Amino acid sequence: MNESLKMSDDTQNAVDLEAEFRSSNVQEVLDKLDRELVGLVPVKTRIREIAALLLVDRLRRQFELTSQTPTLHMCFTGNPGTGKTTVATRMGQILKRLGYVREGHLVTVTRDDLVGQYIGHTAPKTKEVIKKAMGGVLFIDEAYYLYKPENERDYGAESIEILLQVMENNRDDLVVILAGYKDKMDRFFQSNPGMRSRIAHHVDFPDYQPEELLAIAELMLADQNYHFSPAAREAFTRYLKLRMTLEHFANARSVRNALDRARLRQANRLFGRRTGLITREDLMTLEAEDILASRVFQEGQLDQVPAG
Amino acid sequence: MMTNHGNRLTQGQFSFLPDLTDEQITKQIKYALDHGWAVSIEYTDDPHPRNTYWEMFGMPMFDLKDPAGILMEVNNCRKTFPSHYVRVTAFSSARGTESPAMSYIVNRPTNEPGFGLVRQESEGRMIRYTVHSYATDKAENDRY
Repeated sequence: MNESLKMSDDTQNAVDLEAEFRSSNVQEVLDKLDRELVGLVPVKTRIREIAALLLVDRLRRQFELTSQTPTLHMCFTGNPGTGKTTVATRMGQILKRLGYVREGHLVTVTRDDLVGQYIGHTAPKTKEVIKKAMGGVLFIDEAYYLYKPENERDYGAESIEILLQVMENNRDDLVVILAGYKDKMDRFFQSNPGMRSRIAHHVDFPDYQPEELLAIAELMLADQNYHFSPAAREAFTRYLKLRMTLEHFANARSVRNALDRARLRQANRLFGRRTGLITREDLMTLEAEDILASRVFQEGQLDQVPAG
Repeated sequence: MMTNHGNRLTQGQFSFLPDLTDEQITKQIKYALDHGWAVSIEYTDDPHPRNTYWEMFGMPMFDLKDPAGILMEVNNCRKTFPSHYVRVTAFSSARGTESPAMSYIVNRPTNEPGFGLVRQESEGRMIRYTVHSYATDKAENDRY
């Protein structure tokens, strides 16, 4: 008797998770992420988890089950060009949709913006940046530069201290995202254990596979109203395989640079042709020869432009 | 005859209302930020109405999107000057305005002695009138 009474009470108070999910537009955000970012499975998984947590939290609040606001400070590690900055920019919009931050703007800073040049300069500078980032996301690129162990009089430590304090006390007001290369960030956290424990989410960005890079290249081209001819796509696949074995390979950034150079060659090719009419299709198509002219094919070397 | 009970200073917006709560202040700051005005915090212990330039607490805060940062500074200022007048000013840089568009008191001393009327004998039988803040009889920082 008692049991059944309790049961009916529970079902009466039940809420519709599905309805809540639909009303929050979360699916739309996640779909957009899937569409526009290739690969990055661990990142997407983590974002989905965070979205689920925030949604469940909202439901819990309806039942007056209080819990602390979850900390969403994050650390993005990964090789160059794996999309750390791109995801951080998205993060602001995503968290705003989920109702976790109020404005959802992104403030990108590096060591220069946080650390001052003389005694007493650092604290106001750091606080200024923090105030600007409130209601949104503070993205600290190359965060390991903040701490320079070889110079004990370095002001970076002061900046870290203020950041830690704000990360703890103003959790509702801003989300801090640190980004950097894996090994350097590991060293940074070793010397700043307080920072490590205050960051709940350590997300590692994996390197892209060749087919993912090709998909990224096609997305980038489509954004700028270009496309590969079938032969060019095949040539670019071969280019990627060769390029990945060379030094200074920076994932999506290398792809972007390669495409920029291919565009140059395409323009040059059209310009050299001069005679005859040029169609809209001509202007949009990258041909195999635009790709194959790269020095990567000819000598197994990088093109003139460094770090391509 | 007393028309202003408790001698509450009535300068700027909302000064006839009960003191604003932090939540209300946040909403007012948000209104200013949405208009693109630069918000700054000022304090003084000389409440004379002609004392237009109060001391600034820190820099004016440009490029802020969210009121939380400004409220943090308001609370810092209250902590530093618990018995001063503190006001929030929003400066509009729109051409033709270029002056404060909002200004309201967010902190006041617990005991406000108010103003007295001063009469000065002048040429002939002329009398000049002025107001005088009782608080300013004491030295700066000892007033409240």
